[in-house]
Amino acid sequence: MLSLEKITNGIHVWLNSAFSPFTALLFEFLIVGILCITLFAVLGLILVLMERKVSAYMQIRLGPNRVGPKGMFQTVADTLKLLLKEGLTPKGADRFLFNLAPFVVMIAAMLLLAPIAFAKNFQIWDVNIGVLYVSAVSSIAVIGILIAGWSSNNKYSLLGAMRSGAQIVSYELSAGLSILVIVILVGSLKISDIIASQQTGWWIFKGHIPVWIAFVTFIVAVTAETNRAPFDLAEAESELTAGFHTEYSGMKFALFFLAEYINIFIVCAIGATLFLGGWMPFHISNWTGFNQIMDYIPSSIWFFGKTFFLIFVIMWFRWTFPRLRIDQLLNLEWKYLLPISMLNLMVVTLIAIMGWHF
Amino acid sequence: MNKDELKVALAVLDNSISFDESGEWINMNVESASWLPFAGQLKENSELKFDFLFCLTCVDWKTHLSMVYHLTSTAHRHSIVVKSKLDRSKPEIESVSHIWRTAEFHEREQYEMFGVKFLNHPDLRLLILPDGWEGKFPMRKDFEDPVNMIKL
Amino acid sequence: MLEEAETSTEGDLIVNIGPQHPSTHGVLHLLVTLNGETVKKVDPHLGYIHRSIEKMCESLSYRQFIYVTSRMDYLSSHINNHGCALCVEKGLQIEVPMRAQVIRVLMDELTRIASHCLWWGALAMDVGALTPFFHAFREREVINDIMEQTCGARLTMNYQVPGGVMFDLHPDFQKQVKEFIKLFKSKIDEYDELVTYNSIFIYRMKGVGYISKEDAISYGCTGPTARGSGVSCDVRKLYPYENYSQISFEEPLESAGDCYARYLVRMKELRQSLAIVEQLIDNIPEGDFQAKTKAVLKLPKGEFYSRVETARGEFGVYIVSEGATTPYRIRFRSPGFSNLSALDHMARGQKIGDLVAIMGTLDLVIPDIDR
Repeated sequence: MLSLEKITNGIHVWLNSAFSPFTALLFEFLIVGILCITLFAVLGLILVLMERKVSAYMQIRLGPNRVGPKGMFQTVADTLKLLLKEGLTPKGADRFLFNLAPFVVMIAAMLLLAPIAFAKNFQIWDVNIGVLYVSAVSSIAVIGILIAGWSSNNKYSLLGAMRSGAQIVSYELSAGLSILVIVILVGSLKISDIIASQQTGWWIFKGHIPVWIAFVTFIVAVTAETNRAPFDLAEAESELTAGFHTEYSGMKFALFFLAEYINIFIVCAIGATLFLGGWMPFHISNWTGFNQIMDYIPSSIWFFGKTFFLIFVIMWFRWTFPRLRIDQLLNLEWKYLLPISMLNLMVVTLIAIMGWHF
Repeated sequence: MNKDELKVALAVLDNSISFDESGEWINMNVESASWLPFAGQLKENSELKFDFLFCLTCVDWKTHLSMVYHLTSTAHRHSIVVKSKLDRSKPEIESVSHIWRTAEFHEREQYEMFGVKFLNHPDLRLLILPDGWEGKFPMRKDFEDPVNMIKL
Repeated sequence: MLEEAETSTEGDLIVNIGPQHPSTHGVLHLLVTLNGETVKKVDPHLGYIHRSIEKMCESLSYRQFIYVTSRMDYLSSHINNHGCALCVEKGLQIEVPMRAQVIRVLMDELTRIASHCLWWGALAMDVGALTPFFHAFREREVINDIMEQTCGARLTMNYQVPGGVMFDLHPDFQKQVKEFIKLFKSKIDEYDELVTYNSIFIYRMKGVGYISKEDAISYGCTGPTARGSGVSCDVRKLYPYENYSQISFEEPLESAGDCYARYLVRMKELRQSLAIVEQLIDNIPEGDFQAKTKAVLKLPKGEFYSRVETARGEFGVYIVSEGATTPYRIRFRSPGFSNLSALDHMARGQKIGDLVAIMGTLDLVIPDIDR
């Protein structure tokens, strides 16, 4: 089957034979950079269209179906429109910071692509503190949001940015604690180790109740971290402010918009990696025939399938639930999710020490 | 309470009012000066207990203005109509917005439409007409607007 | 004395909501004084859709002025027309034939169902659940199609006239309404599952926007707004008109007085209206659909008041007549006007997000308020 690691190995060997090791490394950087940006663009395209079609079918209507077959080129049209729009900078806004903010958010999103394993042996950088790296870098996005809100010179943007900031920072705690549950069970922060430990079965099946609690907490926390409904008060249309990106238009708005969808992809990818086995196929022990058929499906398809399933669930939330008020949102985190996550972590630590798990 | 009992009870409260029984409900004519204490008694008296003011109108009879209050009691389920004649050149009457809170908005509307000044109203200003409306009171019969009004 | 509006202290923000805003249902301009997230005062500025209907009616004949009232509360247009027709009939002592009465009640209740459907969709959208809006409009389309066949219009249906109704029912009317009844019964259960029992929705609505029973009466609230606080004020029960006294239905009352109570009252009203339609649809009597009236109507000298129960509350028509062909003074007592005056009382001390929820449960239609 199409094996991505053979391609990467082939390219690596060819480059090293043709050039000096240093230039080969530079070329590899270049290739990886271009691939990353392409992945960004393609993912953005797919996710925006997916959101519109999914929302349309849930609301008993059809969604975009004019531009291209079944509306496939709708996002291309949207991107062209945003590129051609005038990018206004409000008077009195801090020019440097105003222009910097979207890039900070984008860079944080791009950096997070590094440790994710898209397929077997197909990671950009298998750093030995993979999970910690993800947790830490995703916090940088908050700075971008606060910069955007403050530099717009608009009291409503500032209000929205503060709310967003408070929300993201609070929910990072719960997300981090649920990630820690898996780390404790595996015993390593390295992403490839975590995936390898799921060879005998995905953690969601092996871990039973503590991992289920961690999974649910993780999904709720990442929905809040990416400012998605039901936690999207900061950018809700029917509330007072339009959020931190009120004053942005044109390409800069496109960057914020794209970064939001990439963030969703990344957190779902992390969720799929930690809880659903990453690129590991679905095995049922002792059913060798079934397992062999499952192995036949390429690992990249497994990974993307799981991630897109989680993305669909998060999109489903948006069109089903009403919005929570800001104080109810923070209430939920500090009074319910955080204590539950901490208790869960203690229970899992006990399980790991006593060796009661598989 | 039916009409006769009501008439008796109301006459006890204030014997300077006059009755008119031509309509569906008892109509009473009250002096504008004695409206406020009478209104208080209409609400407080346990046999009458008119706690629901459901319509507050002003009618422009060309010689004078007349305020019309429709009241009903949710406890006893009887209704009355109270009318008060106002002088056209200086229409003033006490506000009842602290007795029936609904009167606050209704009185503001009648103030801007007819020019009736409600004394001791907490916030008497224009409600429906745009801010800075200069001009006569639109609902009065002698209001002329050659630009916007088309005489059929 | 009413408490003095607290003068803006340092740190208070005065914010405009509207007149163009996705969640004010119509052009309503609210000046909200905020202290951080808490609302300190709400000051409505009306008049953006004031069309001086009361003044216009003074130059329209008694047959003409009914058409203008459809445009006041456009979601209960049949019921508004009904109120005006009742007042004129009271003045002229016209006896409306039984068939016309039953048709009028059927149209009224169907309109009430359509109005509540839209209210439900819009409330869910304001609170953040964006999907129920489409579901609600799907059912409303069915009712609009039924209305279009008989009355010729989908929104401002000038169908009820003094003496009866304008045309007879379409031959397919009974069949279509029966299909609708069957469809809607399952849909109300769907609505309950989707929104009513949703814990986030309950969290947003419970304990928000409280008004006590005495305050509701004092502010002149009627309709579901007052019934949520336990005030029994259904005009159809207290002062029955047409053949409401012979139909069996309940008046839903809740005692909590908050947004969730008002929401529950309207959901129960949906079921009750459906029950009324079910009772009547098989028993429409034969006969005339309009009583014989003169071409030009002249009400005798005097004053007449009639009231009907619209989807929002009590709609009153007060005609002062001097014996001419046009009324001397008409006053429309609109339910929204009094309900809106309670908004300030309900919203003080709540958060800005609650203001939207409270406005949604008051079910304001601004043309009704501004006239």
